[in-house]
Amino acid sequence: MVQFSDEKLKKVNEIVGRYPEGKQKSALLPVLHLAQEEFGGWLSVETMDYVATLLKLEPIEVYEVATFYSMYNLKPVGRYMFEVCQTGPCMLRGSDDIIDYIKKKLGIGVGETTPDGLFTLKTVECLGACGYAPMMQLGKHFREHLTPEKVDQIIEECRRTAAANN
Amino acid sequence: MPTIYIDSKPYEALAGKNLLETCLGLGIDLPYFCWHPALGSVGACRQCAVKVFKDAQDGTGRLVMSCMEMVKEGMRASVSDKDAVAFRAQVIEWLMTNHPHDCPVCDEGGSCHLQDMTVMTGHDYRRFRYKKRTYENQNLGPFLHHEMNRCIQCYRCVRFYHDYAGGKDLGVFAAHNHVYFGRETSGILESPFSGNLVEVCPTGVFTDKLLKEHYTRKWDLASAPSICQHCSLGCNIFTGERYGRLRQITNRYNSEVNGYFLCDKGRFGYAFVNDVNRVTRPLLRNQTIEAVDEAPLMKTLREMLSGEELIGIGSPRASIESNFSLIQLVGRDNFYQGLPEYPAYLSGKVAELVQSGALYVPSLKEIEASDAVLVLGEDIWNTAPVMALAVRQAVVRTAAAQAGKQSGLPAWHDLAVKEATQEKKGFLANLTVCPSPLDEEAAFSLRRAPDTIARLGFAIAHAIDPSLPSLPDISTAMRSIVNSIAGALRSAQHPVIISGVSCYNEGLIKAACTIAAALHTIGLRAGVAYVLPECNSMGLALLHAPSFDNATARVLSKPGVTAIILEADIYRTVAEKEADAFFDACKHIIVLDSMHNRTTQKAHALLPAAAFAETDGTIINYEARAQQYFQVLAPQQDIRASWKWLGKLKGLRAAAGNGQQVHPDEILQQLEQALPAFKGISRVAPSPDFRVHGQPIPRDPQRYSGRTAILANLTVSEPRPPQDTDSPLAFSMEGYPGIPPPALIPFYWAPGWNSNQSVSKYQQEPGGALRDGDPGVLLSGQAVLRLTGEEKPTAPPLFMDIPEAFEAREDRWLLLPQVHLFGSDELSSYTPGIRRLAPQPYIGLGEADATALGVIEGDDIFVWLEGKACSFPLAIRKGLCPGITLLPMGIPGIPVPQWGSWVKITLSEDAEEIRCPSKIF
Repeated sequence: MVQFSDEKLKKVNEIVGRYPEGKQKSALLPVLHLAQEEFGGWLSVETMDYVATLLKLEPIEVYEVATFYSMYNLKPVGRYMFEVCQTGPCMLRGSDDIIDYIKKKLGIGVGETTPDGLFTLKTVECLGACGYAPMMQLGKHFREHLTPEKVDQIIEECRRTAAANN
Repeated sequence: MPTIYIDSKPYEALAGKNLLETCLGLGIDLPYFCWHPALGSVGACRQCAVKVFKDAQDGTGRLVMSCMEMVKEGMRASVSDKDAVAFRAQVIEWLMTNHPHDCPVCDEGGSCHLQDMTVMTGHDYRRFRYKKRTYENQNLGPFLHHEMNRCIQCYRCVRFYHDYAGGKDLGVFAAHNHVYFGRETSGILESPFSGNLVEVCPTGVFTDKLLKEHYTRKWDLASAPSICQHCSLGCNIFTGERYGRLRQITNRYNSEVNGYFLCDKGRFGYAFVNDVNRVTRPLLRNQTIEAVDEAPLMKTLREMLSGEELIGIGSPRASIESNFSLIQLVGRDNFYQGLPEYPAYLSGKVAELVQSGALYVPSLKEIEASDAVLVLGEDIWNTAPVMALAVRQAVVRTAAAQAGKQSGLPAWHDLAVKEATQEKKGFLANLTVCPSPLDEEAAFSLRRAPDTIARLGFAIAHAIDPSLPSLPDISTAMRSIVNSIAGALRSAQHPVIISGVSCYNEGLIKAACTIAAALHTIGLRAGVAYVLPECNSMGLALLHAPSFDNATARVLSKPGVTAIILEADIYRTVAEKEADAFFDACKHIIVLDSMHNRTTQKAHALLPAAAFAETDGTIINYEARAQQYFQVLAPQQDIRASWKWLGKLKGLRAAAGNGQQVHPDEILQQLEQALPAFKGISRVAPSPDFRVHGQPIPRDPQRYSGRTAILANLTVSEPRPPQDTDSPLAFSMEGYPGIPPPALIPFYWAPGWNSNQSVSKYQQEPGGALRDGDPGVLLSGQAVLRLTGEEKPTAPPLFMDIPEAFEAREDRWLLLPQVHLFGSDELSSYTPGIRRLAPQPYIGLGEADATALGVIEGDDIFVWLEGKACSFPLAIRKGLCPGITLLPMGIPGIPVPQWGSWVKITLSEDAEEIRCPSKIF
C-alpha cells in the first residue's frame, strides 16, 4: 500500500500549511513531486489516488494535473533518467546526434527504459543552459557539452554507482 | 450606444458587449470556437482574430481576439483585413493538422461548426504531411458517443459540463498535442445534462448515440418546432423525422425558458414514439384487429355514446386542445381528472394561485437571474432538471456579478470573472426531504420532513414580517438558520422561492406563498415557482376539474355510465383497487392513448392517439406559459390526434352525425371564449392559414435529399406528400426560405452556418430573445395584468394555517415518493438507455431507522400497501428524516400506493408489527 512515512507526512502538512485554509489544492504540485520521489520515481494511479485523499480532492483532479506536466512520470522509469534537451540551440549543436547515440548505445527509444531498469531516455524542452549545448539533465545535475565519449563516460559512471550501491 | 466602425462602416453597438458577439449580432460572419453565449469568452482558440486600429489614421493596426475585446465608442476594427484573414486561415490549418478527414462517416457532418468555420476561413488545402495524433475513445454510457481524434481543444465541453452544469466526472488530461477530454476511465457520464455536449462540442467528439442507431444527416431530417413532454417546464425542442420515424431531438432556443440547454430525459426520451408498444389500430374488445373497419367502429362508438351518462377523464400529458375537446364532448360537469383527491387538490391550489394575479411566477431565465433562491421541499434535480440548472446559474452568476462589479470586469470575460469570484457563491437554501446534487451549491441544505420544512417556511416568513404568526417551539440552532435565510431573502433584489407538489404537502405550497407575502410587505417582489408533475399538469389544473375519486363515486352511484379516458394510464396514478372499482362500474369504456398500458386493457373501444410528434397541440407549463408543438411525423395507420378523434365522437353524438373537422386554433378560440382563464391562448402560434408571401413554412431543409425516391420501395410514382391543414408548416422543402415567425421555426440554418450555431441569426442579439420575441403566451394572472397595463404589485395571499410539527410514529412510516429523473416518467422510460439508468425498486429509509430496525443496505424488507406486504431491498437514504420511508415513483413492479399516507414496515411477510422505539428519534 502507498503510504508516506511520518516524516514525509510532516513535510506534506508543512507544504499544505503554506497556503490559505481551504486552498489545499495549491499544494498539489509539490506533494506530487514528493510522492514521485518517494514511490519509485513515478506516479501510479494508486499513488495519485493517495495524494487525492491526502489533499481532499477528487482523483480526477489529480490525474488532470499529473498528466499535464512532463516532469511527472506516469510509467515506471529507470534509476537514471537522461533528459536530453532538444530545443533550438542544443539542436544546432548536435543534440539529435546525441539522442541517436544514446538510443543505439542503450538499445532503447525515447521514453523507454532499459531492461535492467537502470536507464530511461527522455527528450525535454529548453533547460536554460544553452551556453553549454548540447546538454542533458541527469537527476539534479546538468551534464554539458555532450559528445559521444562524454555520454559513454556518464553511462559507465552510472553503472559503477549502481553496482556499488547494490 | 457606442458607435463602432467595422471595415470603415459605422454601426451602433451595445455597450458592455465584446466585439465578437457584436459582429455576430450585426450579421457579420466571424468564425469562432471557444466562445459560447452561455459560457462567455476565454480567448483560447484564436479563431476570432480581427484587427483593431488606434484611430482613423492608423493603417497598421494590431491583431486581437474579438471575443476578448470590449466595444468602445469610436472603436475601429477590420474583419476583412488581410492579416486577420490569413491569421484565421492559419489557425484552422493548424487545427486540421490533427483533425481527421472523416466527415463522410462522422455524425456531425452537415451540422458541424468546424466544417462551417473551415469553409468560412477558406482553408482548403492540406500542407501538413505527417501523421495525425490518435487517441483511445471511452464508452460514456447509453447517450453519448466519444471520438477524441476529432477534438480541436476548444475546451467548451469541460466548460459546459464542469463549470456550467457542475458535473465532476469529465476532465481534461495531458498537454500539448495530447490533450484529452474524457472521464478517468470509461463509464456512464453522471450529469443529467451530458446530452448538451452534442451541441456544445463544435465538432464530432461527442455525438448522439441514439441518433446513431437510425442515423440521418441534418439536411435530410424533416423538422418541426416542438415542446418537451417530460416535465412541467416546457423546454422548447426540435423534433427530426425521416422515413416516418422520430430520429432526433435537439434544443430549440427560447430565451425565457430553456435557453441553450436541455436535460437528457428531454433529449433522449423520445423512443416511445417509435416503439412497438404503440397503439396503431382502433381495437374493440373481443374482436380481432382486422374486424375493426371504419363502419363497424363508428357503429359501436355511436352505441356507446348514445347513453345519457357520459363522463370524461382528462389528462395532464395530453394537449389542452384534446382536453377541451373532451369537455366539449362530455360537458363541463362530466369532466374529471385521473388523479386522486389530494394531488388533484394540490395542483388545483397551485393553478388557483398562479391564476390569481397576486403571485409573480418567474420564468427559468428569471430564476437564473435571481440573487437568492429558497427551495422548499421540491426535489427539482429530479422533478424539473433544467430548473435545477437555472438555480445553479443563479448561484454562480450572483457571485460572478458581484465580483465583476468590484473588479470592473465584463460578465462575458469568463476566466477573469472566475478568478475574481474564487469560491464565492450566490445564496441558495435547499430544504428537501432527500439529499440533492444542488446541496453543493447551497449555503444551507437541510433534510427534514415536508411538514417541518413547511413550518420552517412559515418561520422564515415570520422572521421577515414579525406581524405574522411565530413558531415558538423552534430550536435555537434552527432559529439562527431561519434568520439567516430570511436575512438573505430580505437583502436580495430578486428573491425566488421554489416549491411543488411532489411532497404531497399543502403546507409547503402555502408557506412558499406566505414568504412571498412577507417579502411584499417590505417592498420586495419575490418570485414563486411551483413545480408540477407532468407537461400539461398546469393546463389540466386550470380547467379545475374534480378528482378521480369524484368520478368513481359518480359511476358507483349511477350505473350505465360511458367513460372516455384521454391519454392517461389511470393505474399509474390511482391505486389498483380504486381503478378496478371504477372500470368495473362503467358500462362502456372508450380509451384514447398512444401506448398500450393497463388502462387500455380495460377499454371496450381503444382509439390510437397521436404522440406529440404526430400532432399539433398546446401545453401549459408551470408558469402558465402556453406553448404550441407541431407535428413532424405523418401519423401511421389509423393514428389520429386525440382532439380529432374526440371531434369525430362529438359528431357521432350529434343527431346529424357528421363530425365536422376543426382546426386546433379553432378549438383554442372556443376554449378562450368558454373559459376566461385561457384568455389569449389562441395567440400562441400563427393560425393554419398563415403564409409568408403566400408560402407555407417548409419542414424540410432546402438540401433535403431523396424526395422522389424515398418511397420507391413502396411505389415508383412519387406520391403527393402529406398535406398539413392544421398548421402553416408544410411536409415539403418548398415554401418560404427565410426566417419564419418564432413559434414556427422548424430548424436553425443560415447560409454558411449549417450547425446549430446558426441560432444567432435568429436572435435579436447573441444570447438574447428571438427576433419578434420568444414564442409562447403567458396565461398567469400577473401576465394578464401586465398586458392590460394594470399591473400593480398586489400582495400574495397570506396563509395562517401552519401545519403541526412532524412526529415520527412508533409503528408507521410516512410514505413519500422519490421521483427519479430517469425512470419515474412514463413515456421517456421507453428509451432503453433511460430504462438502464432507472433504479430497481427499493424501500428507502434513513440511517437511524435502518439501525433501529437492525437492517443494512440491500436487505429485503416489507412495506404494507393496500393491506398487502410488498418486499423490496432496503436503500439507506443519507440524511432522510426518521419516520419517513420512500418508494421510487413510477418504477415498474411497485404498486401505486397512497402517497403521504402512513404505512407499516416489517422484516418478513407474516411478521409482527414492528414497533420502533420512539425514543431514538
